[in-house]
Formats: sequence, C-alpha cells, structure tokens
Amino acid sequence: MHPAFSVIFLTTLIGVGQGLFLALYTGQVYSMMKLLPTQDSMSFYATGSLVALGFLVAGLFASFFHLGRMERAWRSASKWRTSWLSREVIILPIAIGLVALYGAAHYFGWNQPLFILAQTQPIDLTQIIGALATVATLTLFICTGMIYACLKFLQEWHSPLTVINYILLGGASGFTLAAAFSAYIGNDIISFYALWAIVLTITAFITRSASLVRNNHLKAKSNPQTAIGVRHTIISQKAQGAMCGSFNTREFFHGQSEATLKMLRSIFLMMVFIIPIGLLIAATYSVEAITLFMAAFIVQYLGLIVERWYFFSDARHPQNLYYQSVS
Amino acid sequence: MKQLALIIDLNVCVGCHACVTSCKEWNTSGWAGPMSDFNPYDANPTGTFFNRVQTFEIGTFPNTETLHFPKSCLHCEEPPCVPVCPTGASFKREADGIVLVDYDKCIGCKYCSWACPYGAREFDQQQKVMKKCTLCVDRIYDQTLPEAERKPACVLACPTNARLFGDVHDPESEVSKLIRENGGYQLMPEWGTNPANHYLPRRKIHLKIHEDELLRADNPLKKEGLLPEPPKEQQTLDDIYMSW
Repeated sequence: MHPAFSVIFLTTLIGVGQGLFLALYTGQVYSMMKLLPTQDSMSFYATGSLVALGFLVAGLFASFFHLGRMERAWRSASKWRTSWLSREVIILPIAIGLVALYGAAHYFGWNQPLFILAQTQPIDLTQIIGALATVATLTLFICTGMIYACLKFLQEWHSPLTVINYILLGGASGFTLAAAFSAYIGNDIISFYALWAIVLTITAFITRSASLVRNNHLKAKSNPQTAIGVRHTIISQKAQGAMCGSFNTREFFHGQSEATLKMLRSIFLMMVFIIPIGLLIAATYSVEAITLFMAAFIVQYLGLIVERWYFFSDARHPQNLYYQSVS
Repeated sequence: MKQLALIIDLNVCVGCHACVTSCKEWNTSGWAGPMSDFNPYDANPTGTFFNRVQTFEIGTFPNTETLHFPKSCLHCEEPPCVPVCPTGASFKREADGIVLVDYDKCIGCKYCSWACPYGAREFDQQQKVMKKCTLCVDRIYDQTLPEAERKPACVLACPTNARLFGDVHDPESEVSKLIRENGGYQLMPEWGTNPANHYLPRRKIHLKIHEDELLRADNPLKKEGLLPEPPKEQQTLDDIYMSW
C-alpha cells in the first residue's frame, strides 16, 4: 500500500491524545484509591486534558486531508452498522467532547462528591466523565485498529495484533508524554508515569515484533494463477492496460526498495522502543529530567510516524498481481 | 433474484482494446460527468478507466501462450467494497445486482478501493470521487434505444463476441449456459466474494495427424489390389473409366 501522510498523522496524533488522557485518568484513579498523592485539578488535570485535546483535534484535522470531498465528511457517520470507518468517525468527536468535558470539570472544580460508593469511596463528576471518556477512548482505539484489521485480503493487517498494537503504541506514547508533562510542571508522580511508559513500551515492542514476525512468514492466498484463473506455474504480465500508471499503481505500491523498508524497520524499532526506554530509565535517575523526558517523547513520536509508514507499506494488496509489469 | 453480469470468453479475446475505448467513450459522455484524463497528449498520460485489457504470457519461450485479459468490476455477489463504505455511496442494487457508486455521496476516502481485491475501482482525480464500471446502467434500461442495443458499450463493441451480457441467476439464459457448459470460472475464488462476472477459459483444439492419415490408406483400389502395393503412377479406376 502507498502510505498516506494524512492517515499517518491522524492515527499517531490521536494515539498520543488518547494515551495521554488514559494516563491522566489512571493517575486520578490511583490517587482516588490513595495509592498516589492527589494532583492539582487546574495545573495538572485541566492543562493535561487541554494538551490531550490538542493532539486529538490535530489528528481530526489531519484526517480531513485524506478526503477527496471534505465538504461531504458529515455523510461518513451514516453507515456505522457495517463500516468501522463510519464508527471511528462517530466515536472520535465523542471522545474529543468527553475529554474536553473532563478537562472542563477539573477546570471549574466540579469535584464535590455526588455520592459515596460502597460506603467508603466518594465519587465526583470528574470521575464519572473520566470513566465515560475512557470507554470512548478505548472504543476509538478499537475502531481505528479494526479499519485495517477487518480487511481480510490485506493479510498483513487481518489480525488481532493490529488492534492490540494501535492500543499499546498509542498508550505508550501517551504515558511517555504524561511523564514529560509531569516533569515539566514538576509534580511528584513522574516516576509513576515513567514506569508505566516503560511497561507499555516493552509490551508494545513484544506485540509489534510479533506482528513483524507474523507478516514475515505469511503465505499469500492469492497468486497469479488465481488472479487470472490459468493453471500454469509460469505466468508473466506483458501489459497492464496503461503505460504510464493508473490509480491502481499509485495507490497500492509504496515504490521503495526492500533495502529502504528494512532500514525503516530498524529505525522505527530503535526510535519507538529502544531509545525511549533508555531515555525514560535515564530520566528517572537524572536531575535534568525534563529534557530527557521530552526527548523520549519526541523520539518516540517521530519513530511512530516511521512505524505507521512501515505499517502501510508492509501490506501487500492482492490487486498488485494485476499490475506487475508495464512493457 | 436477477444478477446481471458479463461473461468474458478468453478463448476468443484478441486484445484489440475496442471494449476499453467504447467503455471510455460511453461513460465519459454520460450524465455522471467525464472520466477525467491528465496529460492525454503529453508525456505520462493517465486517466480514469472502468475497463482495461491486460496481457499475460504463459509458459517459457518458445512454448508460450499469450492471454489477453479484459478486467473491469466483477459485480460481486458478496461485494467487500460495499459494507466498508462509511457514507453508503457504494451500494449493490437489489433489483439487478449491479454494484454502483453514488458520486454525489462519495467523500473520496478510497477505503472501498482498499477493500477490493481485484483493483476494480478507480479514483477520479478531478471529481475527487471513486468511480467504477456501472455495467452501463444508463444504457441497458434505456427505452429509447432499440432493444438489441440495450447492452453495455463494451459488449456491443467487441468484434469477436468475447464479451457477453446477461442474467447469471437465470439458469436458462445464454450466459448461464455458457458458464455451465464451457467451464466458466470466477477470479480469486479464495476470498469468497463470489464475483458475478465469469471468465471462459482458453479451449484449445489439438489437431493430432497420424502418418497414415496423410495418404489415403483406405483407398479401395489399393487396399484390395495385389500385393505388393501398386506404384502411385499406375492407372486407377478413375483413369480407366475416363478413357471410356
């Protein structure tokens, strides 16, 4: 497949936004359970939500550039019964709205207990909105992943690993950003986020590697024989019906060499996983923590762009069997 | 239920591209707007087409066979491109099974083209919407045309009758009989898309000539004559009768 930068930015940016929100709410749940010190509503939760919101809206903005007809984008919410893309289109604004509401609830200090759960745990409005936003965020991850995982003849994508990777990679980048954000405002839960960022990054490393191994060993179900229905082992294409390319050659071929792909794979494995883990560990034990945490996030995010580029170019579309040669 | 489709007979397709040009001519002149071209008379021309003829070579030289392979939308009975469309612009008609795109609803997200294993859909770079073969839906029901012309443009253009059009769900239709009796097959059956369009395979006729068929071995004069066989220049019965 030919990677489209609009989709690369959409999926990586909303991944960071969703991950950062999940990090904020995880922190709130931990402090609600008295496992972490309580954070300031305004400077931490409200500002953090604003940052998450920025990433989500930037992702939404990028997605519009994928459309040929932006003015009709509203129509894409209509077929949610069958289309994962339509489901994503619906859940993305809902998630954005709930994260905004979560930030607003913290900003306006709507944290007076509404009722007491199990006679011990006071529940306030921010926790309820946060729980709803968590559901929306996770649903959004599933929808984004399923857009690719549901296409059965793109065998590289047609696997639960696709969805798992979207969740874990988004989560990892979000928690890394949460650690950097905590370091920036100088609160006392930096190491909590750094630890979770490392755990998520390592888990994502395992699942992403699993998908790389799986794709490496895939046996293509379609071949030239089934494509044209001729039972002969030697079939070569002599003409594809157009001499200077068509939509079929532009949309489904990445046009890069095997060596470039291999290099990009090593680059993203270093930038998404190895370097950020090293930086996070170094930052936890360092005095210059802010710079190191910020570096960890920036390197990881840039790595994710390469990772997503590789994800698209890794998928070999069966239609390419009809477009092997021009001569 | 009716399922209109094309049958493509690879046995007689000569790869002349008449179906490609007549398809383009009919569909670029219709009410749905032109199928845009870029640099048509310049270097690197490209454009939107619903139908292409591709050529494949089978085997190794000198034992090769050339296969001309027309390819357009197969109007699948389980079209994978339809459920993925977020707007409902992609749909399959209940009445006749034609898979169509509503150009006024399409947002040009290209997701349907990802979901088609055959590469049957093309994105129009000018109109910014996805387009595909309509089976000349604006022609086959046109009452102003003589009945014989209510067929897709490609079918009418084919000089070798390699393209046939009809209802593949009616067991008595010409196309159903052809599929049944001439080994009609579907492309990429492994994906369960159940394409309505079928292809008829190459049906070669092997002519095996034995040595004794070159000479008339059963010539009664020579068969029943004296052995050893009389020489060829010797009189035959015809020569004798003629002399009378």
